[in-house]
Amino acid sequence: MMNPVTEAELAEAVAGAPGPLRIMGGGTRPIGRPVAGELLSVAGLTGIELYEPGALTIVVKAGTPLAEVEAALAGEGQRLPFEPMDHRVLLGSTGEPTIGGVAAANVSGPRRIQAGACRDSLMGVRLVDGRGTVIKNGGRVMKNVTGYDLVKLMAGSYGTLGVLSELSFKVLPVPEAVAVLLIEGLSDEEAVRALSAALGSPFDVSGAAHAPVGVDGAPVTMIRIEGFADSVAYRAEALKTLLAGVGEIAVETDPEKTAAGWRWVRDVEGFAGQPGDVWRISVKPSEGPRVGAALQAQGLLYDWGGGLIWARVAEGRDIRPALEGIGGHATLIRASEETRAALPVFQPELAPLAAISAGLRAQFDPRGILNPGLMG
Amino acid sequence: MEMPTPNPDILARKARIVERLREVLPRDAVIDDVHETRAYECDALTAYRCPPLCAVLPASTQEVSDVLRICSEEGVPVVPRGSGTSLAGGALPTADSVILGVARLTEVLETDYENRFIRVQTGRTNLSVTGAVEEEDFFYAPDPSSQLACAIAGNIGMNSGGAHCLKYGVTTNNLLGVTMVLMDGTVVEIGGAHLDAGGLDLLGVICGSEGQLGVVTEATLRILRKPEGARPVLMGFDRNEVAGECVSDIIKAGVLPVAIEFMDRPVIRATEAFAHAGYPDCEALLIVEVEGSEAEIDEQLGLITQIARKHNPVELRESTNAEESAKIWLGRKSAFGAMGQINDYMCLDGTIPVSSLPYVLKRIGEMSEEYGLGVGNVFHAGDGNMHPLILFDANKPGDLELCERFGADILKLCVEVGGCLTGEHGVGVEKRDLMHAQFSPEDMEAQLRVKDVFDPQWLLNPAKVFPLDVTESRRVA
Repeated sequence: MMNPVTEAELAEAVAGAPGPLRIMGGGTRPIGRPVAGELLSVAGLTGIELYEPGALTIVVKAGTPLAEVEAALAGEGQRLPFEPMDHRVLLGSTGEPTIGGVAAANVSGPRRIQAGACRDSLMGVRLVDGRGTVIKNGGRVMKNVTGYDLVKLMAGSYGTLGVLSELSFKVLPVPEAVAVLLIEGLSDEEAVRALSAALGSPFDVSGAAHAPVGVDGAPVTMIRIEGFADSVAYRAEALKTLLAGVGEIAVETDPEKTAAGWRWVRDVEGFAGQPGDVWRISVKPSEGPRVGAALQAQGLLYDWGGGLIWARVAEGRDIRPALEGIGGHATLIRASEETRAALPVFQPELAPLAAISAGLRAQFDPRGILNPGLMG
Repeated sequence: MEMPTPNPDILARKARIVERLREVLPRDAVIDDVHETRAYECDALTAYRCPPLCAVLPASTQEVSDVLRICSEEGVPVVPRGSGTSLAGGALPTADSVILGVARLTEVLETDYENRFIRVQTGRTNLSVTGAVEEEDFFYAPDPSSQLACAIAGNIGMNSGGAHCLKYGVTTNNLLGVTMVLMDGTVVEIGGAHLDAGGLDLLGVICGSEGQLGVVTEATLRILRKPEGARPVLMGFDRNEVAGECVSDIIKAGVLPVAIEFMDRPVIRATEAFAHAGYPDCEALLIVEVEGSEAEIDEQLGLITQIARKHNPVELRESTNAEESAKIWLGRKSAFGAMGQINDYMCLDGTIPVSSLPYVLKRIGEMSEEYGLGVGNVFHAGDGNMHPLILFDANKPGDLELCERFGADILKLCVEVGGCLTGEHGVGVEKRDLMHAQFSPEDMEAQLRVKDVFDPQWLLNPAKVFPLDVTESRRVA
């Protein structure tokens, strides 16, 4: 295993690699096709390079534990806006998630619908490409259109275009208060309609999920609002009025309980330790229930107003036929190595786009040594 | 600013190229008359002009595909053009290029309030996207100052911002999908009404690629429900530094205004003389706007004015109604026009870390004296996107060149303090030759390789974004 502690060492390691590399941050997200290659750990590149709370900006080295980044931000009453998922519960993995891993997998949670994905908060990257060349793109300012945006290209490229060494993020203040509207007993269709109504309101919803089987076994629909206390109270009432015909609405404002509830959604805790493969599917929200019904799933969880479906299905089955004629994409997040080798983990692209993706990989990694085959 | 020498072989084949384009487009959609092509000789960067070989105005994705296929076969450069409002020369043609205008692609294709998106053809103007959803109280968030005229195609090309991006982000954060035509005529669909990419985030790299990777003909855009209301507070300070500190304190306090606008004394005086908005005569003025219900607005403005008071403002004026709000915004909205009344000016667009605001303003002041040219500052302070306006006399020989050198120095300063050359206008030809200040040769090579993949012939808007010496071997290959 190679364990560089500086960007220069990382570049050297890649440049001198005789063959394929398996790139790892904290090793908590074994997602993608199994990769054969020498292990290259980025966990040694740690540290917060710069943090300016007044500019809502943090710059960190890629191997920095996510927990360390979040603790530093919390110290100033700030946070990463996109609510990154911790995959350890769902995948049964161990280790310490790194900020680089979060960016490489574009990990975004329930707040994605309001605050954007990881890629939307990521303002700049430094990386080492497959030649061992250090490249920077973007910077540490929110508005930057200087040259091509390779930052977004890197987010979600799972280390197949380059090994991330440093990242800069836009961060946001932690709001003073939170409230969650809870509605029990809705069908998937009713729930998604209610979530759509809430998301289409002026009340700035920051979480919109539906669990056909909630923590206590009954269907539960969750709508989150965040902000200053008076404002949250006002909007909670306004949403209750808006959704009055839908069902009985309870409002939870206890910070610990609401945090635990959304962690349950974010980390898909309900599927932990349960058998089957787990798929993550992104569709037009109103199509969510139809796709969900077509999946023959053993477990379902809807987030993003119905647009994100977590599905637990029988092992080894490709669920993508359920998306035909609907659009969107599906990623196989949890499955055995055999299944991940046999099924396309990432959504297969149509020929012209597949050619572009392959072309980009060939340009950034001409020797094909960076997590080769991981994304298909 | 140099442009490549037109390819004489292409100029010689003009008649044949025009004829081939006429085979796939209606007669009036191919403009080759030397008087009529004048209309396409420049965009809003009017200092540089060159009529194109011809201009085409396709009315469908299929027609765009046909045009690009023909140009690809003929080896003719294509310069895509939205509404021609680029301040960076993004749509500046060369004599051997075809201007591909999207002005006839203006349809709304789909409006979906339940899923909160609109699908439009990209020749549609920014403001008319909001116009199409306004009756349901929805809006499209990115709001560049040119929104009345600028096209979505150009917004996507330049990843346009606006005054409200502190809360809502820029174009790339509001773009869900595109239909794009590659230079060889291939039509691709990327993204859609769902969120995020299934594979590599190609949408992310297409947005802001200045028309160099493909021609986007249709776009799926996120629309949002309008907030219940919005109101600004105006505050004046006797020092720029203090205004800068106040901005930082507001952000740290956890308030997220939708806009924080900054104006310095030269701009305040010019706008006051022009628009009579009743601004105080002070060194620095901030306009901070928040959104929500009446009570929410009161709560946020209360907090903001409390913070402002700690910085001893010379004026603190909270709007209490629509009329007062309009008056507070009146000066800011007429700032560019007001500056234009007193002088010719060049508008810069660098971004800096908000923490460097006082230092950068001080340095710009010093440089202004060294160059002997006045500067006004009016910009989006919340996100550090500056718009210094350098005043010069276009009729005075050498003044434009002096102004450009001054502008280059300011942009280099932006990069030095950790910022960038352009926050929302794009590189185009205007900042093209400054790219070395921000990027190493390796940084730029990585970007050129992306274009190699999308446009291997290097025919799409080829002489933009990157310094000519950096792209020469690819362009002439």
